[in-house]
Amino acid sequence: MQGVNWVALIVFILLFASVSWLGFAAARWRRGDLDQLHEWGLGGRRFGTLITWFLVGGDLYTAYTFIAVPALAFGSGALAFFAVPYTIVIYPILFLVFPRLWYVCHKRGYITAGDFVKGRFGNRWLALAITITGIVATMPYIALQLVGIQVVVGALGISGTGFMAEMPLLIAFAVLAAFTYSSGLRAPASIAIVKDILIYITAFAAVIIIPMQLGGFGKIFAAVPPAKVILAAPGANTTGAYSAYATLALGSALALFLYPHSLTGILSASSGRAIRRNAAMLPGYTFMLGLLALIGFFAIAAGVDKLPEYAEGFKQFKNNFAVPALLLHSFPSWFVGVAFAAIGIGALVPAAIMSIAAANLYTRNIHREFINKNPTDKEESQIAKWVSLIVKVGALAFILFVPTQYAIQLQLLGGIWIIQTLPAVMLGAYTRWFNSWALLVGWAVGTFAGTWMAIAADLKPTFPLHFAGYTFPGYTAFYTVVLNLALAVILTPVFNALSARQGRIDETLAGDYYA
Amino acid sequence: MNHTQDKGRGWSWWYLLFVVQFIAVLWPPFYNSIEPSWMGIPYFYWYQMLWVIVAAVFTAVVHFATRR
Repeated sequence: MQGVNWVALIVFILLFASVSWLGFAAARWRRGDLDQLHEWGLGGRRFGTLITWFLVGGDLYTAYTFIAVPALAFGSGALAFFAVPYTIVIYPILFLVFPRLWYVCHKRGYITAGDFVKGRFGNRWLALAITITGIVATMPYIALQLVGIQVVVGALGISGTGFMAEMPLLIAFAVLAAFTYSSGLRAPASIAIVKDILIYITAFAAVIIIPMQLGGFGKIFAAVPPAKVILAAPGANTTGAYSAYATLALGSALALFLYPHSLTGILSASSGRAIRRNAAMLPGYTFMLGLLALIGFFAIAAGVDKLPEYAEGFKQFKNNFAVPALLLHSFPSWFVGVAFAAIGIGALVPAAIMSIAAANLYTRNIHREFINKNPTDKEESQIAKWVSLIVKVGALAFILFVPTQYAIQLQLLGGIWIIQTLPAVMLGAYTRWFNSWALLVGWAVGTFAGTWMAIAADLKPTFPLHFAGYTFPGYTAFYTVVLNLALAVILTPVFNALSARQGRIDETLAGDYYA
Repeated sequence: MNHTQDKGRGWSWWYLLFVVQFIAVLWPPFYNSIEPSWMGIPYFYWYQMLWVIVAAVFTAVVHFATRR
């Protein structure tokens, strides 16, 4: 690989250092008693419409997204664009379901999905299933954020052997862990603002300047192999790429807001109305994501994978190196520093929120439920702070000692697992009709079936479902949540008939779900 | 006190705008083609990018129309 790019490295370090300072200073922002879990872990639920926009945007559109979506376009073409319909259809879901969830959580003091399910259905085992699913799905997601940092650090030309090679990652992580511990959710909320400004500058510069260098969009798409420009038309007796594309978009959308870090971002809003406004404003990020996906095609047209100076990067990081290589190829060093800092900082925001979300889950729904039933506020927030550290160390160990490919595959499985909480959490916001044991059976069958199908499909996200002589390739998460839901619907009357006592323990009231 | 609030919680016909955007972007046969291209960008891409904007406008319309 080329040597160290000093100008880019210095810009990168300066930007990184300034947001780290911001992370620590954030403890005093909208000051609250950080010895209370809802202050540390939800920022005191005081973020208005604009801060929520930055926070949720920084939370959902992660460093890994910025690397992986263009990388998929670079490698597989049009299929990668499913990220756009995916991030279009999430917002009606956000608009309809999550203000209700916000109101009930606000009125009842719930901090996690586990809290809500416990209160709504009165079943601690269902709440435990939701909690464990959340924590397990989040861990590989945190690890993947580190992949984002690794790729840009590698692209800056920093290489070494053994321990020294991992130093930048270790430093970044130590800083992340320290400011998350001391400032809680206020840290990523403040950093998200800087990160987003940098990302928007980078995306618009790339989408305007690089096509000018390459001779316009017409030439760029002419350079892309025809089979990659649009989806392959389905053959006979199959819905082919069409059903794969649509179910990937819809399944991913249904799963996204079930992730603990999404819920943490949403619950920290100051009102249900702030969430509704955000449903109309957050597509701003979707537009940027679409632009970034196009960058994958720019990389094909620029032929960066054929250039000798990037050969080693591609060898090490595969297609994930497409975006960094294109930025290095197209921009002066100082701007490369800005762009890489945007991606690197883009990893810190979601990693911080994810670790806080996992910590909230453990503290509320495992420790308080099963270990120490009556902690003081201070004990509770202290446990959460320690757990946020443990979660991050776990993710770091994962990325250092386990091949990256496993983190990617686990994150894929994580999407299949987390969607199984949909009937209890999302539909639970609307109805108490379901029997909690029926929901638990649906969750278990969905989880096992999804895991089995993913393994049978060679850990690819789509599964070729055969039915009546037709093949329907589709997102495994989507198919299995349908199965889960069908079971919950069928078993609810059965379980209700078996036990008359069951199913009347709902501590929430109808009026808790709106203003 | 609750009467006006009840209106905001139930079904609103404005939500049909959400159904429209779901169908428009989740049915690939509508947009899986290169032509008509715009400024060299295949239809597949600019159609979906356009829907990002249309969907945001629809959501804003629903927000204001169903606001209590």
